[in-house]
Amino acid sequence: MKRFIGFIRKEFYHIFRDKRSLFILFGMPIAQILLFGFAITNEINNVEIAILDYAKDSESQKIIQKIKASPYFHIENEIFSDKAIESEFKKGKVKAVLLFEKDFAKKLQTERKATVQVITDATEPNVANTISNYTQSIIQNYQNQKNTVQKSNGVVIQSRMLYNPELKSVFNFVPGVMTVILMLVSAMMTSISITREKELGTMEILLVSPLKPFQVILGKVFPYVFLSIINAIVIVSMGYFIFGMPINGSIFLLAFESILFIITALSLGILISTVSNTQQTAMMISLMGLMLPVIILSGFIFPIASMPLPMQVISNIIPAKWFIIIVKSIMLKGVGLEYIFKETLILLGMTLLFIGLSIKKYKTRLE
Amino acid sequence: MSISVQNISKKYKNVQALQNITFEVQEGELFGLIGPDGAGKTTLFRLLTTLLLPNEGSASVANYDIVKQVKEIRNSVGYMPGKFSLYQDLTIEENLTFFATIFGTTIEENYDLIEDIYVQIEPFKNRRAGALSGGMKQKLALCCALIHKPKVLFLDEPTTGVDPVSRKEFWEMLKRLKQKGITILVSTPYMDEASLCDRIALIQKGKILKIDTPDTIVKAYDKTIYEVASNQMHQLILDLKHFSSQYSVFAFGEFIHYIDKNDTFDTAALRTYLQEKGHQNISIQKTTATIEDVFMDL
Repeated sequence: MKRFIGFIRKEFYHIFRDKRSLFILFGMPIAQILLFGFAITNEINNVEIAILDYAKDSESQKIIQKIKASPYFHIENEIFSDKAIESEFKKGKVKAVLLFEKDFAKKLQTERKATVQVITDATEPNVANTISNYTQSIIQNYQNQKNTVQKSNGVVIQSRMLYNPELKSVFNFVPGVMTVILMLVSAMMTSISITREKELGTMEILLVSPLKPFQVILGKVFPYVFLSIINAIVIVSMGYFIFGMPINGSIFLLAFESILFIITALSLGILISTVSNTQQTAMMISLMGLMLPVIILSGFIFPIASMPLPMQVISNIIPAKWFIIIVKSIMLKGVGLEYIFKETLILLGMTLLFIGLSIKKYKTRLE
Repeated sequence: MSISVQNISKKYKNVQALQNITFEVQEGELFGLIGPDGAGKTTLFRLLTTLLLPNEGSASVANYDIVKQVKEIRNSVGYMPGKFSLYQDLTIEENLTFFATIFGTTIEENYDLIEDIYVQIEPFKNRRAGALSGGMKQKLALCCALIHKPKVLFLDEPTTGVDPVSRKEFWEMLKRLKQKGITILVSTPYMDEASLCDRIALIQKGKILKIDTPDTIVKAYDKTIYEVASNQMHQLILDLKHFSSQYSVFAFGEFIHYIDKNDTFDTAALRTYLQEKGHQNISIQKTTATIEDVFMDL
């Protein structure tokens, strides 16, 4: 035990004396969460739009007022002809134009049907899509209000967004960033720290020492378990305090699942270190083999359901996919273990597999 | 018998690193492995420290078998690999404490063993190992290899890249350790260090060429060696190699060592030959053989 503690103390010296690894450990989580939280977002705020109102009657004005009142749009200017639409887009400031047809109110009264055209600048497809959805829902809303007074017939769509009514993207990014960071810190840092001993030749001495292989591995892994837990706490509390991400489920369950995922990532890191001999290789394998799949195939950024079938199948072997499902379920839906039992079991199975493989591949000699 | 090697062979993918090596080292002996780079010295060390498995043959260290009793060997040997293998970002004291801890001991417990060496680097004990000079690094590495009081000490080229003064000190330390009963197997590419060992094995291309005490090896050498010098040393080597009865010619410090095929060699003939080639200030003198001469002739 004394040997083991001595080994861990040495590992902490390594970590705290290497500025680069310290930065990756603590600078990156904070930078990433702030970046994703503030800069990279699917929400729109204060988008500049223009109005082309051929009607200029009470109804069109009411709708314009409604749109003006929403935080999503800012009416930049009013234009007066079809021709002006394109030149407005070419200037680049305006992202959408709202066009009310002639006799808007009158048609609405007599024919019970009038058109509002939403013309968007689709050079940025996501923004255009969101704008058109938002304006539609504002107008729909207005119509519904009117209809309750006037008793209309027909199908009325009422949509409710559960668990994230405001569609905040941060609710998606916090679990995603947490997954990426834990994977990076745990897998990459451990694999690098083990291969560094190989590269510097100190592994030779450790092998010749009475220290058992599992003690060396555990000693390498332990500091990173500890640091990863701190990271998880930092990320979750930043999400909670800065971005208002709720934690609806049990915090202990969240902690338990996070530790499980950290161990999964660490065992992957050990596995990587058993197959690579230099820090460079370990880093390349971690980045290419882990980071990209975690970001692309885990459902963090791109929804898995809309991927081609082969990709969907591959996504199943990415531990991060299951962890993201778990974290979202706990934090947003507030579910208990019984709902995420399958995912937990999959992570556990993967961990055991990785550890088994590492033990099989770990060399107690040099060849 | 402290180290016993019987017919060991080791082959890497397509290189025969060691071929049928056999030798024994007595308890408390300072045994030197002398040979150029690539001779197989490091492979032999790794075999004896259980880091590699032999293809053929058997060996024992401190009476433990290197294949079957790995754990026992790892507890009772000290190993200092050729490459400097300490933690560069840890201080002298932290390195030493770390190695003491993983061998289940403390610095205080075996301080008497390392005292002579440690006092020399103690003033810098808070300096990181990466910032030490070559000589100090070697002293620290030796301390770390000794801290658990090993029965057998393996030193793989401990003096490579170390200044001459530190090298001398290092060998004096080894002598003192020997007196404390520790068996030492040391390898070196420097022939001048060979005479400091009790016995040496000359090794080349994976084969042992000779094993004996340095004195016996030198005395057994029966050829006469001449030290030759002139004002144009480089041209001198070339010209000597073209001399009709030359046996071997090689540079040795500031002289050239020349051996003739004939026992009844007349230096006057050589002198005339060199003068004809345009050499001046020629000196030709008999000299005694060294390990290097023996080695070059093997």
